[in-house]
Amino acid sequence: MLRVRDLSKRFESGVTALERVGFTLERGEILAVVGTSGCGKSTLLRLIAGLDRPSAGNISIDNQDVDGPNPLVGFVFQEPRLMPWLKIRDNVTFGLSGLGAQEKNARALRALEEVGLADFAEALPQQLSGGMAQRVAIARALVTEPSVLLLDEPFSALDAFTRLNLQDHLLSIWRRHRPTMVLVTHDIEEALALADRVVIMRGAPGRIHRTIELREDRPRKRTATEFQTLKEEILDALHLVPA
Amino acid sequence: MIMLTSEAAAVADLAYRAPAEATPRIARRGARRPSVGKSLGLVLPTILLVAWEMLCRTGIAAPNLLPAPSAVLGLLWALIASGEIWGHASITLFRVFAGFGLGALVATLLGALTGYSTTYRRLFDPLLQGLRNIPSLAWVPLFVLWLGIFEASKIALVAVGVFFPVYLNLMGGIQSVDRKLVEVGRMYRLRGFGLVRRVLVPATLPAYFVGLRSGLGLGWMFVLAAEFMGASEGLGFLLIDGQMTSRPAAIIAGILLFAVFGKATDWLLVRAGRPFLAWQDSFEAQTERDANAARA
Ligand SMILES: Nc1ncnc2c1ncn2[C@@H]1O[C@H](COP(=O)(O)OP(=O)(O)OP(=O)(O)O)[C@@H](O)[C@H]1O
Ligand SMILES: [Mg+2]
Repeated sequence: MLRVRDLSKRFESGVTALERVGFTLERGEILAVVGTSGCGKSTLLRLIAGLDRPSAGNISIDNQDVDGPNPLVGFVFQEPRLMPWLKIRDNVTFGLSGLGAQEKNARALRALEEVGLADFAEALPQQLSGGMAQRVAIARALVTEPSVLLLDEPFSALDAFTRLNLQDHLLSIWRRHRPTMVLVTHDIEEALALADRVVIMRGAPGRIHRTIELREDRPRKRTATEFQTLKEEILDALHLVPA
Repeated sequence: MIMLTSEAAAVADLAYRAPAEATPRIARRGARRPSVGKSLGLVLPTILLVAWEMLCRTGIAAPNLLPAPSAVLGLLWALIASGEIWGHASITLFRVFAGFGLGALVATLLGALTGYSTTYRRLFDPLLQGLRNIPSLAWVPLFVLWLGIFEASKIALVAVGVFFPVYLNLMGGIQSVDRKLVEVGRMYRLRGFGLVRRVLVPATLPAYFVGLRSGLGLGWMFVLAAEFMGASEGLGFLLIDGQMTSRPAAIIAGILLFAVFGKATDWLLVRAGRPFLAWQDSFEAQTERDANAARA
């Protein structure tokens, strides 16, 4: 269970990026966060990951307070962020510690298989396309078997077709491992297709403006009327029509 | 990034991380058209050499000013055959290696310290940047006064020349390591030495090697300066001696030797660095192999 309570973040520069943000996710739930640029979405993820410290409020994972980077949490950044000097296999095992070389390799191969890149284990990051590199980044985050997976606009740099593909991929991975996921995205359809709950944030300072629960089973039909109605509602909310 | 001594002066002010990565890509693409492309570069030198030889043979060029290429080669051969060359070459190589080792070592320590820690950067960098503004040859009288006219002052001068490119490239390289990669390291709970070993060092190596190569190039230039200011042995002495005794062939032979040894040591350095930097160009090598396979 991921619990975020009354979270605020004020940077030394004086910018308040987040103000009293809170939510609770049950194990395996998928939360999508949408919001205008600069409303604190990345800040929220960095706080949950323990890469940054909150000014107020707290975060706990399975009732353990987060006070730094944590092996229970995996992070997929907007860019693949692979180490260019490491083979794909070694990039995937970058975060695995305390295991023998053989066990590491076996896990890397399994994770790469899941994202369909087992053949590229020996390649270098420069040899991959953007979509492939992002899949490696997902494999790297999954290989430690995190119970919470944070994704910061993971597909936003990709073309529409690759993005749809990877969204399917992400869903099938989720079905197998059931991590709790927080997915920050600019793509409202992505949020509606994947999430159990969509949080709409507005800022600044970033606050939760509205929460939408989605009950329909996945995969969802993006052309359905209900889907389109929700999409319009969210767009309206984001276009800053006064509440 | 050819770092022969003649280019060393330009290299000295090279900030860091010259577009070293960009050039070979273009060069390789040209080279993909087989044989013709590679031998094209030999055409002009050959024409020039032949023309030069003709000028000398026909007596148009005065032999006491411009010796024929064949005369230069003859002299080189004589130097090699008599074994005289090894004495000169080995003492110059010793000066370069000792100065390079010393300069690179100090530069590596200070560059690592100032690149990694803001406090040390604030402490050391202003002083070093200030010293950099002194034309390095201005140190010569002081070094001679302090260290005497023998090896120590020569090695110190070479070390000064090597120091700055290595220091600047290493410090700059560490500072420009992609923060996003560092954050990935932090995400996996790497700190301190672990972060240095697994992220900072590999990310900085390319810039560091650029610095080492520039430093070595400058080392060759400075050893020449050191030998000009007074030496009874060494490749630089060959040049001065050729001038004193009005033997232009000896001067040109000396210049050629500098080029050959400069290139050879640079090649050795590149070879030594290759295992660590293979990831940088293996992509190009791969695409080249693919292209070849596709053609076959
Ligand atoms: N390290 C920092 N120091 C100071 N201010 C920061 C820092 N990081 C973010 N901010 C500020 O906090 C606010 C929220 O930034 P954040 O990156 O979380 O936004 P975001 O919602 O992810 O935006 P986007 O959708 O464009 O990625 C912005 O005003 C930003 O300028
Ligand atoms: Mg962001």
